[in-house]
Amino acid sequence: MSESWAVVLAVGLGTIAIKAAGPVLLGGRPLPGRVQSVVALLAPALLAALVATAAVSTGQQLVLDARVLGVLAAALTIALRAPVLLVVIVAAATAAVARLVGIA
Amino acid sequence: MDESAPIRFELRRGAVTAVPLGIAVGLFGVSFGVLSATSGGIGALPAIVMSATTFAGSAQFAAVSIVAGSGQPLAAIAAALLLNARYLPIGVSVAPFLTGGPLRRFLHAQLVVDESWAIAARGEGRFDPHRLIGAGVVLWLAWVAGTIVGVLGGEALGDPATLGLDAAFPALFLALLAPQLNGRRPVVAALAGAAIALALVPFTPAGVPIIAAAAAALIGLRPR
Repeated sequence: MSESWAVVLAVGLGTIAIKAAGPVLLGGRPLPGRVQSVVALLAPALLAALVATAAVSTGQQLVLDARVLGVLAAALTIALRAPVLLVVIVAAATAAVARLVGIA
Repeated sequence: MDESAPIRFELRRGAVTAVPLGIAVGLFGVSFGVLSATSGGIGALPAIVMSATTFAGSAQFAAVSIVAGSGQPLAAIAAALLLNARYLPIGVSVAPFLTGGPLRRFLHAQLVVDESWAIAARGEGRFDPHRLIGAGVVLWLAWVAGTIVGVLGGEALGDPATLGLDAAFPALFLALLAPQLNGRRPVVAALAGAAIALALVPFTPAGVPIIAAAAAALIGLRPR
């Protein structure tokens, strides 16, 4: 049980420090132009990495399963300009149904 | 009349935008609570404290699954902090827009998660701090409340995979990514980021591929 608390404490304090580092040390100062244009591209780069890894990886394995069908359904729903909640529901339902009928 | 009106508007706007995500985040909080409270996890109270302090789903899932699987606390800590290392560049990206004293900036920085950050993004590297705070508070409440429901509900809830909840995460990030793809550079950065991450998945611990994908943003150094 004390191991659990060690993990909770270390991860919690570490994460709090990581999140605070930029805002506390940099404050309200703007970033230089070139840094700014790199930072502007962090969102698409990291979000795409999160999409890719969450869709087709489990631990260190690349896996194609029902999640892929869910994400494809989500992409179609996004193209139709649906709200985010509907996108998420369509993805989850598609993956659940695919597993239920055993096609993925 | 007073300058707090637009601030309240953006706070509200951030909060309202976050509600649909909050439902998804809350459901993930439930599954995190269930996983933590059932045999081999970290236990009920540590799970709730972790959600309230760490407030980062993927890292928490990684930590708990490693503790449950191998009982290696150091491996669990390293994996979780690697997964959260992305909050370093993310924190830097919002830093110019968080104002006030160090304590205020410190507290606001804790409300930064992938989803609140994406909601606050106004394009071209600009962020609305009030939208970030409104969204962050909604998501934090949903995450902590979901965790509490999960540890109380225990095994009563079914397997998250059966409910398709594991497909909700990439779908959610895709929905957040789509509006950012408003030019050639963001599209190239996104494709490169995804390619880097997938190429590294088999060779590196979980978390590293996402940090490495940040390198794709370096194409911003090329002159236009």
